[in-house]
Amino acid sequence: MAEVTKLIHKYLRHDKKFPHVWCPGCGNGILLGALIRAIDRTGFEKDDIVLVSGIGCAGRLPVYVDFNTLHTTHGRALTFATGVKLANPRLQVIVIMGDGDAMAIGGNHFIHAARRNLNLTAIIVNNNIYGMTGGQYSPTTPYGALATTAVYRNIEHAFSIAELAVTAGASLVARGTVYHATMLDRLIEQAIRKRGFSVLEVISHCHTQFGRRNKMGGAVDMLRWQKENAVRVEKAAEMSEEEMAGKFTIGVLVDRDLPIYTEEYRKIREAARRRLGAVK
Amino acid sequence: MVSGPSFWGKQVLLQGNEAMVEGALAAGCTFFAGYPITPATEISEVMSVKLPAVGGTFIQMEDEIASMGAIIGASLAGAKSMTATSGPGFSLMQENLGFACVAEVPCVVVNVMRGGPSTGLPTNVAQGDVMQARWGTHGDHPIIVLAVSSTADCFDITVKAFNLAEKYRTPVIILSDEVVGHTREKIRIPHPEEIEVVDRIRPNMPPEWYIPYEDNSRGVPPMGIFGDGYRYHVTGLIHDVRGFPTQRADEIVPFLTRIHRKISQNFFDILMVDTELADDAELLVIAYGSVARSARRAVREARERGVRAGLLQLITLWPFPRQILEPYLKKVRAVLVPEMNMGQVSRELKRINQGMTRVETLNRIDGNLITPAEILVRLLKM
Repeated sequence: MAEVTKLIHKYLRHDKKFPHVWCPGCGNGILLGALIRAIDRTGFEKDDIVLVSGIGCAGRLPVYVDFNTLHTTHGRALTFATGVKLANPRLQVIVIMGDGDAMAIGGNHFIHAARRNLNLTAIIVNNNIYGMTGGQYSPTTPYGALATTAVYRNIEHAFSIAELAVTAGASLVARGTVYHATMLDRLIEQAIRKRGFSVLEVISHCHTQFGRRNKMGGAVDMLRWQKENAVRVEKAAEMSEEEMAGKFTIGVLVDRDLPIYTEEYRKIREAARRRLGAVK
Repeated sequence: MVSGPSFWGKQVLLQGNEAMVEGALAAGCTFFAGYPITPATEISEVMSVKLPAVGGTFIQMEDEIASMGAIIGASLAGAKSMTATSGPGFSLMQENLGFACVAEVPCVVVNVMRGGPSTGLPTNVAQGDVMQARWGTHGDHPIIVLAVSSTADCFDITVKAFNLAEKYRTPVIILSDEVVGHTREKIRIPHPEEIEVVDRIRPNMPPEWYIPYEDNSRGVPPMGIFGDGYRYHVTGLIHDVRGFPTQRADEIVPFLTRIHRKISQNFFDILMVDTELADDAELLVIAYGSVARSARRAVREARERGVRAGLLQLITLWPFPRQILEPYLKKVRAVLVPEMNMGQVSRELKRINQGMTRVETLNRIDGNLITPAEILVRLLKM
């Protein structure tokens, strides 16, 4: 307990930023705890971390922690992060987005950021709904679920965020849940340490907007759902399709080494200097 | 032709778009993000060649929204940053442009205007984005908009745009147009010591004393950049002096008032006009962009025919240079505003004119430049 308190004092912004905006029982608090523990373990200085977010419940996360923090426009967090990283590649840039933020309005930026392979970390909190706006269906709302804009049930099919990231070319792709909190620490740490574009999909729950409407119970019930339906990647490989029905995998989906944008760009600079004969 | 990162002290033949790159490099630009669009593309192309040679970074983003986001991020991490686009792309940038206004992030946005609306006339000239530059993004905010009329302008005014952006911590928009962007002219690039380059004021107090959005006599707080030890929160939400979101009226009003005040109290530093034969003029032509050059010729020819015409070329379009224009409006017999739109600047001029003089308009919206002859014919009739 003493260790936890020490970490809180080290990283949280104490004056004026609390109480936070999240509902009691929200998964964002668990994610924030995991993020702080992971960053602490990586040993980066506060000044070296830039925490970028978009708009929505998860987008409010950076305001509470004492790093360089940037709360951008809806869906555009990765574009701002791209500029930050390119202007100063020494900065460790971590981007926090929600599923609506990253997949709907920010979907195009997401796939291109993955393709570009800057050394960034993108954490996407997937609670299957637009929480802050009041429970409208998102690109990850399951087929058949209810939402304030899908009162006759959702007839769209959900994106799998992690699998989309694999296809788009991210260097590291992982999925965790807020129920598996210690595993989440480790996955975040691994994602931050990874050289290249890393994506971590965090399955979370919005009991206020999604659970209540879809009769999934409260926060505890939804956490139990995560516990019962998450299967480790290694174990899933041994399971049949029928056994995996309705379940999802957690763990590292892809870990590959690809050329990193900023390092490639260094070569461009050398080529440009040679071509233009500059000695600067 | 493109032979070095810059042509310090040399005479060179350049397109307006190319000269703009030279101006940006001279002002210290080290980051450019853009998306190709006619007639602004050459700015991206030349940037991609030259920026890496001076240690900077060029990136072609997936769209204009991303480009605007990237230049804001880069500026927050310490770079002098820029993007360039044309009408439709400029529309896409508007939301993030508002973010740069509220978060007070210096950056330069070039709009090489083409015919519109929508995809419009991509390869033809127009001046239809004057009001979009002023009011395109949502909510109340100040903005600085400059208009260029020649290749020499493209160099000089781009340097000034960066300086104003840094000085007032605000996005600065440069309105160019297809004719200015693509006309090749000989210009002399000055030596580095001949131009003034302004850098943003950085905090120098101990980090724990730093209040990122605290008011001061200039209305422009010093700007900490990511990684320099002054950690703070940057947001598009209305924020208190520490940068954190607020909904308190006693914090909202002073903040919004300050970002307006930092521009309004420095009007005379920001306002730029160029005049020719205007002091004793009876008829004044007020023009900007490529049309200002047609107007210059027309005014000279009118003088040869005994008509006391003069030119007032607007370089700063926003804030609108009311204080400079009013004395002229009080003494001239009539004003002619030629522009390649349905009357965007003439409308603003009529707003401030308040019956002081007669304001006539000359509008052309067919994608062609207004010629000196057209303006001369009108001047002779006035």
